[in-house]
Amino acid sequence: MRLREHDVVATVRRLQLRELRSWVRAGWIKPARGDGGPFFDELDIARIRLICDLRKEMSLPVDTVPTILSLLDQLHGLRHQLHRLAEAVNQQPEETRRAVLKACRRLEGQD
Amino acid sequence: MSDSPYDILGVSKDATQAEIKKAYRKLAKELHPDLSPGDKDKAAEFLKVGAAYDILGDKEKRRRYDAGEIDASGQDRTERQFYRQYAGADPEGRYQSSAAFNDFEDVSDIFADLFGRRGQGRGQERAGPGSAQGFAARGADLRYHLDVEFLDAARGAKRTVPLPDGQTIDLTIPAGVRDGQTLRLRGKGQPGSGGGPAGDAYVQISVKPHRLFTRDGNDIAIDLPITFDEAVLGGRVEVPTLSGPVSMNLPKGASSGQRLRLKGKGVQPGKGPAGDQYVRLMIVLPDKIGSGMEDLARRWRETAGQDPRKNMGSV
Repeated sequence: MRLREHDVVATVRRLQLRELRSWVRAGWIKPARGDGGPFFDELDIARIRLICDLRKEMSLPVDTVPTILSLLDQLHGLRHQLHRLAEAVNQQPEETRRAVLKACRRLEGQD
Repeated sequence: MSDSPYDILGVSKDATQAEIKKAYRKLAKELHPDLSPGDKDKAAEFLKVGAAYDILGDKEKRRRYDAGEIDASGQDRTERQFYRQYAGADPEGRYQSSAAFNDFEDVSDIFADLFGRRGQGRGQERAGPGSAQGFAARGADLRYHLDVEFLDAARGAKRTVPLPDGQTIDLTIPAGVRDGQTLRLRGKGQPGSGGGPAGDAYVQISVKPHRLFTRDGNDIAIDLPITFDEAVLGGRVEVPTLSGPVSMNLPKGASSGQRLRLKGKGVQPGKGPAGDQYVRLMIVLPDKIGSGMEDLARRWRETAGQDPRKNMGSV
Protein backbone atom coordinates (compact mmCIF):
# COMPACT_ATOMS: atom_id res chain seq x y z
CA MET A 1 0.00 0.00 0.00
CA ARG A 2 1.35 3.38 -0.97
CA LEU A 3 -0.83 6.34 -0.18
CA ARG A 4 -0.36 10.01 -0.94
CA GLU A 5 -1.30 12.70 1.58
CA HIS A 6 -4.77 13.18 0.14
CA ASP A 7 -5.38 9.39 0.07
CA VAL A 8 -4.49 9.24 3.76
CA VAL A 9 -6.95 11.99 4.62
CA ALA A 10 -9.62 10.19 2.58
CA THR A 11 -8.88 6.90 4.38
CA VAL A 12 -8.69 8.26 7.93
CA ARG A 13 -11.76 10.48 7.90
CA ARG A 14 -11.18 12.15 11.24
CA LEU A 15 -7.77 13.42 10.14
CA GLN A 16 -7.15 16.79 8.53
CA LEU A 17 -4.36 17.45 6.06
CA ARG A 18 -3.03 20.22 8.30
CA GLU A 19 -2.71 17.76 11.21
CA LEU A 20 -1.07 15.09 9.07
CA ARG A 21 1.56 17.53 7.87
CA SER A 22 2.31 18.78 11.36
CA TRP A 23 2.68 15.19 12.63
CA VAL A 24 5.13 14.43 9.84
CA ARG A 25 7.02 17.64 10.58
CA ALA A 26 7.18 16.69 14.27
CA GLY A 27 8.63 13.30 13.30
CA TRP A 28 5.72 11.32 14.78
CA ILE A 29 5.09 9.81 11.37
CA LYS A 30 7.94 8.98 9.04
CA PRO A 31 6.59 8.41 5.54
CA ALA A 32 8.84 7.49 2.64
CA ARG A 33 9.91 10.33 0.38
CA GLY A 34 9.27 10.19 -3.31
CA ASP A 35 8.57 12.17 -6.42
CA GLY A 36 6.05 14.88 -5.59
CA GLY A 37 5.68 14.27 -1.85
CA PRO A 38 5.54 11.68 0.89
CA PHE A 39 4.19 8.11 0.58
CA PHE A 40 2.46 6.32 3.46
CA ASP A 41 2.13 2.55 4.00
CA GLU A 42 0.06 0.32 6.34
CA LEU A 43 2.38 0.87 9.27
CA ASP A 44 2.15 4.65 8.90
CA ILE A 45 -1.65 4.50 8.61
CA ALA A 46 -1.98 2.34 11.73
CA ARG A 47 0.24 4.76 13.61
CA ILE A 48 -1.79 7.72 12.34
CA ARG A 49 -4.95 6.03 13.65
CA LEU A 50 -3.27 5.50 17.01
CA ILE A 51 -2.32 9.17 17.24
CA CYS A 52 -5.90 10.11 16.24
CA ASP A 53 -7.11 7.98 19.17
CA LEU A 54 -4.65 9.61 21.56
CA ARG A 55 -5.47 13.14 20.45
CA LYS A 56 -9.17 12.93 19.60
CA GLU A 57 -10.69 10.08 21.61
CA MET A 58 -8.57 10.44 24.72
CA SER A 59 -8.07 14.20 24.36
CA LEU A 60 -4.41 13.94 25.25
CA PRO A 61 -2.58 17.26 24.99
CA VAL A 62 -0.20 17.65 22.06
CA ASP A 63 2.92 17.73 24.20
CA THR A 64 2.26 14.35 25.82
CA VAL A 65 2.02 12.53 22.48
CA PRO A 66 5.78 12.38 21.81
CA THR A 67 6.32 10.98 25.31
CA ILE A 68 3.81 8.21 24.71
CA LEU A 69 5.14 7.47 21.22
CA SER A 70 8.68 7.33 22.53
CA LEU A 71 7.71 4.86 25.27
CA LEU A 72 5.73 2.78 22.77
CA ASP A 73 8.61 2.74 20.30
CA GLN A 74 10.93 1.56 23.03
CA LEU A 75 8.41 -1.07 24.06
CA HIS A 76 8.10 -2.37 20.50
CA GLY A 77 11.87 -2.28 20.13
CA LEU A 78 12.21 -4.33 23.32
CA ARG A 79 9.49 -6.75 22.25
CA HIS A 80 11.18 -7.22 18.91
CA GLN A 81 14.55 -7.97 20.49
CA LEU A 82 13.01 -10.20 23.13
CA HIS A 83 11.28 -12.20 20.40
CA ARG A 84 14.55 -12.48 18.56
CA LEU A 85 16.39 -13.56 21.67
CA ALA A 86 13.71 -16.11 22.58
CA GLU A 87 13.88 -17.45 19.02
CA ALA A 88 17.67 -17.70 19.24
CA VAL A 89 17.50 -19.50 22.60
CA ASN A 90 14.89 -21.82 21.14
CA GLN A 91 17.24 -22.82 18.34
CA GLN A 92 19.89 -23.97 20.82
CA PRO A 93 20.28 -27.62 21.83
CA GLU A 94 18.14 -28.82 24.73
CA GLU A 95 21.08 -28.68 27.12
CA THR A 96 21.86 -25.04 26.35
CA ARG A 97 18.20 -24.06 26.67
CA ARG A 98 18.06 -25.60 30.11
CA ALA A 99 21.27 -23.84 31.15
CA VAL A 100 19.86 -20.48 30.02
CA LEU A 101 16.62 -21.10 31.93
CA LYS A 102 18.53 -22.09 35.02
CA ALA A 103 20.69 -18.99 34.86
CA CYS A 104 17.57 -16.82 34.47
CA ARG A 105 15.99 -18.40 37.55
CA ARG A 106 19.15 -18.03 39.55
CA LEU A 107 19.43 -14.32 38.65
CA GLU A 108 15.82 -13.76 39.57
CA GLY A 109 16.53 -15.26 42.98
CA GLN A 110 19.25 -12.71 43.51
CA ASP A 111 16.91 -9.73 43.35
CA MET B 1 -20.51 -8.29 32.24
CA SER B 2 -23.80 -7.62 30.54
CA ASP B 3 -23.89 -6.33 27.03
CA SER B 4 -25.70 -3.16 27.96
CA PRO B 5 -23.60 -0.16 26.92
CA TYR B 6 -24.35 1.43 30.30
CA ASP B 7 -22.79 -1.54 32.13
CA ILE B 8 -19.85 -1.64 29.74
CA LEU B 9 -19.02 2.00 30.43
CA GLY B 10 -19.97 1.60 34.11
CA VAL B 11 -22.41 4.50 34.18
CA SER B 12 -26.00 4.73 35.38
CA LYS B 13 -28.95 5.06 33.04
CA ASP B 14 -29.45 8.70 33.98
CA ALA B 15 -25.80 9.68 33.56
CA THR B 16 -25.21 13.00 31.82
CA GLN B 17 -23.42 13.12 28.47
CA ALA B 18 -20.41 14.63 30.25
CA GLU B 19 -20.27 11.71 32.72
CA ILE B 20 -20.49 9.22 29.87
CA LYS B 21 -17.68 10.94 28.02
CA LYS B 22 -15.54 10.97 31.13
CA ALA B 23 -16.14 7.28 31.81
CA TYR B 24 -15.32 6.42 28.22
CA ARG B 25 -12.09 8.39 28.22
CA LYS B 26 -10.98 6.68 31.41
CA LEU B 27 -11.67 3.22 30.01
CA ALA B 28 -10.17 4.03 26.63
CA LYS B 29 -6.92 5.03 28.27
CA GLU B 30 -6.87 1.86 30.35
CA LEU B 31 -7.77 -0.46 27.54
CA HIS B 32 -6.27 0.93 24.36
CA PRO B 33 -4.57 -2.11 22.81
CA ASP B 34 -1.69 -0.08 21.49
CA LEU B 35 -0.78 0.90 25.00
CA SER B 36 -0.51 -2.80 25.98
CA PRO B 37 0.80 -4.47 22.82
CA GLY B 38 1.00 -7.97 24.31
CA ASP B 39 -2.41 -8.16 25.97
CA LYS B 40 -4.88 -9.92 23.70
CA ASP B 41 -8.01 -9.34 25.78
CA LYS B 42 -7.64 -5.59 25.69
CA ALA B 43 -8.43 -5.24 22.01
CA ALA B 44 -11.78 -6.99 22.43
CA GLU B 45 -12.65 -4.95 25.50
CA PHE B 46 -11.55 -1.74 23.85
CA LEU B 47 -13.82 -2.43 20.88
CA LYS B 48 -16.72 -3.16 23.21
CA VAL B 49 -16.16 0.08 25.07
CA GLY B 50 -15.86 1.90 21.75
CA ALA B 51 -19.12 0.38 20.51
CA ALA B 52 -20.86 1.29 23.76
CA TYR B 53 -19.63 4.86 23.51
CA ASP B 54 -20.69 5.01 19.89
CA ILE B 55 -24.23 4.65 21.13
CA LEU B 56 -24.24 6.50 24.44
CA GLY B 57 -21.90 9.28 23.34
CA ASP B 58 -24.35 10.28 20.64
CA LYS B 59 -27.53 11.80 22.11
CA GLU B 60 -29.74 10.63 19.26
CA LYS B 61 -28.39 7.06 19.25
CA ARG B 62 -28.69 6.93 23.03
CA ARG B 63 -32.34 8.01 22.78
CA ARG B 64 -32.95 5.30 20.18
CA TYR B 65 -31.21 2.69 22.31
CA ASP B 66 -33.24 3.71 25.38
CA ALA B 67 -36.37 3.50 23.25
CA GLY B 68 -35.37 0.04 22.12
CA GLU B 69 -35.00 1.10 18.51
CA ILE B 70 -31.46 -0.19 18.15
CA ASP B 71 -29.68 -2.95 20.01
CA ALA B 72 -26.45 -2.76 21.96
CA SER B 73 -24.36 -3.47 18.89
CA GLY B 74 -25.81 -0.30 17.33
CA GLN B 75 -24.44 -0.69 13.89
CA ASP B 76 -21.67 -2.59 12.18
CA ARG B 77 -18.25 -1.56 13.12
CA THR B 78 -15.68 -2.54 10.53
CA GLU B 79 -12.84 -4.54 11.92
CA ARG B 80 -10.19 -2.21 13.17
CA GLN B 81 -6.52 -2.87 12.49
CA PHE B 82 -4.45 -1.70 15.43
CA TYR B 83 -0.98 -0.25 15.31
CA ARG B 84 0.49 -3.08 17.36
CA GLN B 85 -0.38 -5.54 14.58
CA TYR B 86 1.98 -3.64 12.31
CA ALA B 87 4.53 -2.36 14.78
CA GLY B 88 5.73 -5.86 15.61
CA ALA B 89 6.34 -6.66 11.95
CA ASP B 90 8.23 -3.54 11.03
CA PRO B 91 11.08 -4.88 8.90
CA GLU B 92 13.20 -1.75 8.93
CA GLY B 93 12.52 -0.92 12.56
CA ARG B 94 11.29 2.44 11.33
CA TYR B 95 9.65 3.36 14.59
CA GLN B 96 11.17 0.81 16.96
CA SER B 97 13.64 2.34 19.31
CA SER B 98 16.64 0.74 20.93
CA ALA B 99 16.94 3.44 23.56
CA ALA B 100 15.66 1.05 26.21
CA PHE B 101 18.84 -1.02 26.18
CA ASN B 102 21.45 1.63 25.71
CA ASP B 103 22.83 0.76 29.10
CA PHE B 104 22.93 -2.99 28.47
CA GLU B 105 26.57 -2.80 27.57
CA ASP B 106 27.31 -2.61 31.27
CA VAL B 107 26.14 -6.20 31.41
CA SER B 108 27.52 -7.66 28.26
CA ASP B 109 29.28 -6.62 25.10
CA ILE B 110 27.28 -9.23 23.24
CA PHE B 111 24.05 -7.44 24.04
CA ALA B 112 25.38 -4.05 23.11
CA ASP B 113 26.35 -5.60 19.81
CA LEU B 114 23.03 -7.34 19.31
CA PHE B 115 20.73 -4.53 20.28
CA GLY B 116 22.71 -1.46 19.41
CA ARG B 117 22.14 -1.46 15.69
CA ARG B 118 18.43 -1.05 15.39
CA GLY B 119 16.49 2.19 15.49
CA GLN B 120 16.94 5.41 13.67
CA GLY B 121 19.66 7.27 15.38
CA ARG B 122 17.69 7.43 18.58
CA GLY B 123 19.69 4.60 19.95
CA GLN B 124 23.29 5.36 20.59
CA GLU B 125 26.06 3.05 19.64
CA ARG B 126 29.37 2.52 21.22
CA ALA B 127 32.02 4.55 19.57
CA GLY B 128 35.38 3.12 18.78
CA PRO B 129 38.17 3.29 21.34
CA GLY B 130 39.61 6.74 21.82
CA SER B 131 36.31 8.55 21.37
CA ALA B 132 36.16 11.44 23.79
CA GLN B 133 32.57 10.98 24.98
CA GLY B 134 32.40 7.25 24.69
CA PHE B 135 29.18 7.56 22.70
CA ALA B 136 28.49 8.36 19.14
CA ALA B 137 25.07 8.77 17.60
CA ARG B 138 24.24 6.91 14.44
CA GLY B 139 22.64 8.99 11.70
CA ALA B 140 18.94 8.60 11.02
CA ASP B 141 17.70 6.19 8.37
CA LEU B 142 15.93 7.67 5.39
CA ARG B 143 13.15 6.13 3.37
CA TYR B 144 12.39 6.76 -0.26
CA HIS B 145 9.78 5.63 -2.68
CA LEU B 146 10.60 5.03 -6.30
CA ASP B 147 8.44 4.19 -9.31
CA VAL B 148 10.28 1.85 -11.67
CA GLU B 149 9.32 0.96 -15.23
CA PHE B 150 8.33 -2.69 -15.71
CA LEU B 151 11.21 -3.46 -18.05
CA ASP B 152 13.78 -1.76 -15.77
CA ALA B 153 12.56 -3.91 -12.88
CA ALA B 154 12.66 -7.10 -14.98
CA ARG B 155 16.02 -6.51 -16.63
CA GLY B 156 17.73 -4.42 -13.96
CA ALA B 157 18.83 -0.82 -14.43
CA LYS B 158 20.80 2.01 -12.94
CA ARG B 159 18.93 5.04 -11.74
CA THR B 160 19.92 8.33 -10.15
CA VAL B 161 17.44 9.20 -7.44
CA PRO B 162 17.10 12.91 -6.64
CA LEU B 163 16.68 13.66 -2.94
CA PRO B 164 14.64 16.56 -1.55
CA ASP B 165 17.79 18.21 -0.20
CA GLY B 166 19.33 18.45 -3.68
CA GLN B 167 21.65 15.49 -3.35
CA THR B 168 21.33 12.33 -5.42
CA ILE B 169 21.73 8.62 -4.82
CA ASP B 170 23.06 6.30 -7.52
CA LEU B 171 20.89 3.25 -7.30
CA THR B 172 21.42 -0.09 -9.00
CA ILE B 173 18.08 -1.78 -9.48
CA PRO B 174 18.75 -5.53 -9.48
CA ALA B 175 17.11 -7.56 -12.25
CA GLY B 176 13.92 -9.15 -10.96
CA VAL B 177 13.16 -6.61 -8.24
CA ARG B 178 9.57 -7.13 -7.05
CA ASP B 179 6.80 -4.61 -6.61
CA GLY B 180 6.89 -3.40 -3.00
CA GLN B 181 10.43 -4.66 -2.40
CA THR B 182 12.72 -2.45 -0.33
CA LEU B 183 16.36 -1.95 -1.24
CA ARG B 184 18.73 -1.07 1.54
CA LEU B 185 21.63 1.27 0.88
CA ARG B 186 24.00 0.99 3.76
CA GLY B 187 25.40 4.30 4.96
CA LYS B 188 23.30 6.40 2.58
CA GLY B 189 21.09 7.83 5.32
CA GLN B 190 21.82 10.92 7.37
CA PRO B 191 25.37 11.37 8.67
CA GLY B 192 26.05 10.38 12.25
CA SER B 193 27.41 12.68 14.93
CA GLY B 194 30.35 12.33 17.28
CA GLY B 195 32.06 9.90 14.93
CA GLY B 196 29.00 7.67 14.69
CA PRO B 197 28.19 5.88 11.45
CA ALA B 198 25.74 7.24 8.91
CA GLY B 199 22.23 5.80 8.82
CA ASP B 200 20.91 3.67 5.98
CA ALA B 201 18.63 4.60 3.12
CA TYR B 202 15.70 2.35 2.32
CA VAL B 203 14.23 2.62 -1.15
CA GLN B 204 10.85 1.04 -1.64
CA ILE B 205 10.18 0.04 -5.23
CA SER B 206 6.88 0.32 -7.06
CA VAL B 207 6.90 -1.51 -10.36
CA LYS B 208 4.68 0.12 -12.99
CA PRO B 209 2.49 -2.18 -15.07
CA HIS B 210 3.42 -2.91 -18.68
CA ARG B 211 1.19 -2.65 -21.73
CA LEU B 212 1.87 -6.25 -22.82
CA PHE B 213 3.74 -8.16 -20.13
CA THR B 214 2.70 -9.27 -16.67
CA ARG B 215 4.96 -10.90 -14.12
CA ASP B 216 4.66 -13.68 -11.56
CA GLY B 217 7.94 -13.95 -9.70
CA ASN B 218 10.52 -14.52 -12.41
CA ASP B 219 8.00 -15.73 -14.96
CA ILE B 220 6.64 -13.40 -17.60
CA ALA B 221 3.24 -13.78 -19.22
CA ILE B 222 1.90 -12.27 -22.40
CA ASP B 223 -1.28 -12.59 -24.45
CA LEU B 224 -0.54 -13.21 -28.11
CA PRO B 225 -3.26 -12.53 -30.69
CA ILE B 226 -3.19 -15.03 -33.58
CA THR B 227 -5.32 -15.30 -36.70
CA PHE B 228 -7.80 -18.03 -37.51
CA ASP B 229 -5.56 -19.50 -40.22
CA GLU B 230 -2.50 -19.45 -37.93
CA ALA B 231 -4.53 -21.33 -35.33
CA VAL B 232 -5.63 -23.99 -37.82
CA LEU B 233 -2.45 -24.40 -39.83
CA GLY B 234 0.21 -23.59 -37.24
CA GLY B 235 3.48 -21.92 -38.25
CA ARG B 236 6.01 -19.49 -36.93
CA VAL B 237 4.97 -16.31 -35.17
CA GLU B 238 6.98 -13.50 -33.66
CA VAL B 239 6.59 -12.94 -29.90
CA PRO B 240 7.91 -9.96 -27.93
CA THR B 241 10.12 -10.95 -24.98
CA LEU B 242 12.21 -9.02 -22.44
CA SER B 243 15.21 -9.42 -24.74
CA GLY B 244 13.43 -8.49 -27.97
CA PRO B 245 11.21 -10.42 -30.37
CA VAL B 246 11.76 -14.16 -30.83
CA SER B 247 10.25 -16.56 -33.33
CA MET B 248 7.98 -19.19 -31.80
CA ASN B 249 6.62 -22.36 -33.37
CA LEU B 250 2.82 -22.44 -33.26
CA PRO B 251 1.38 -25.98 -33.22
CA LYS B 252 -1.38 -26.93 -35.63
CA GLY B 253 -4.89 -26.55 -34.21
CA ALA B 254 -4.15 -24.09 -31.41
CA SER B 255 -7.01 -22.86 -29.23
CA SER B 256 -7.61 -19.57 -27.45
CA GLY B 257 -6.34 -19.74 -23.87
CA GLN B 258 -3.72 -22.37 -24.66
CA ARG B 259 -0.39 -21.53 -23.02
CA LEU B 260 2.97 -22.11 -24.63
CA ARG B 261 6.24 -21.81 -22.77
CA LEU B 262 9.40 -20.07 -23.91
CA LYS B 263 11.93 -21.60 -21.57
CA GLY B 264 14.40 -19.22 -19.95
CA LYS B 265 12.86 -16.16 -21.57
CA GLY B 266 11.60 -14.75 -18.26
CA VAL B 267 13.47 -12.65 -15.73
CA GLN B 268 17.14 -13.53 -15.29
CA PRO B 269 17.92 -12.66 -11.65
CA GLY B 270 21.45 -11.98 -10.43
CA LYS B 271 21.66 -15.48 -9.05
CA GLY B 272 19.50 -18.51 -9.67
CA PRO B 273 17.88 -19.77 -12.83
CA ALA B 274 15.97 -17.54 -15.22
CA GLY B 275 12.19 -17.62 -15.28
CA ASP B 276 10.13 -18.62 -18.31
CA GLN B 277 7.82 -16.68 -20.55
CA TYR B 278 4.30 -18.00 -20.94
CA VAL B 279 2.46 -17.11 -24.12
CA ARG B 280 -1.32 -17.32 -23.99
CA LEU B 281 -2.87 -17.64 -27.43
CA MET B 282 -5.90 -15.54 -28.32
CA ILE B 283 -7.57 -16.29 -31.63
CA VAL B 284 -8.74 -13.02 -33.14
CA LEU B 285 -11.12 -12.97 -36.09
CA PRO B 286 -10.95 -10.19 -38.66
CA ASP B 287 -12.98 -7.02 -38.06
CA LYS B 288 -15.14 -7.87 -41.06
CA ILE B 289 -16.12 -11.48 -41.77
CA GLY B 290 -16.07 -11.84 -45.55
CA SER B 291 -18.41 -14.13 -47.48
CA GLY B 292 -15.56 -16.58 -48.15
CA MET B 293 -15.04 -17.08 -44.42
CA GLU B 294 -18.76 -17.51 -43.83
CA ASP B 295 -18.96 -20.17 -46.56
CA LEU B 296 -16.02 -21.95 -45.01
CA ALA B 297 -17.68 -21.94 -41.61
CA ARG B 298 -21.00 -23.24 -42.99
CA ARG B 299 -19.32 -26.07 -44.86
CA TRP B 300 -17.29 -26.91 -41.74
CA ARG B 301 -20.43 -26.99 -39.58
CA GLU B 302 -22.13 -29.45 -41.96
CA THR B 303 -19.21 -31.87 -42.09
CA ALA B 304 -17.27 -31.81 -38.83
CA GLY B 305 -19.19 -31.83 -35.62
CA GLN B 306 -17.20 -31.61 -32.42
CA ASP B 307 -19.03 -29.91 -29.58
CA PRO B 308 -16.43 -28.10 -27.39
CA ARG B 309 -19.03 -27.82 -24.58
CA LYS B 310 -19.92 -31.49 -24.37
CA ASN B 311 -17.89 -32.00 -21.18
CA MET B 312 -19.37 -29.07 -19.30
CA GLY B 313 -22.42 -30.98 -18.11
CA SER B 314 -25.05 -29.11 -16.18
CA VAL B 315 -24.26 -26.79 -13.32
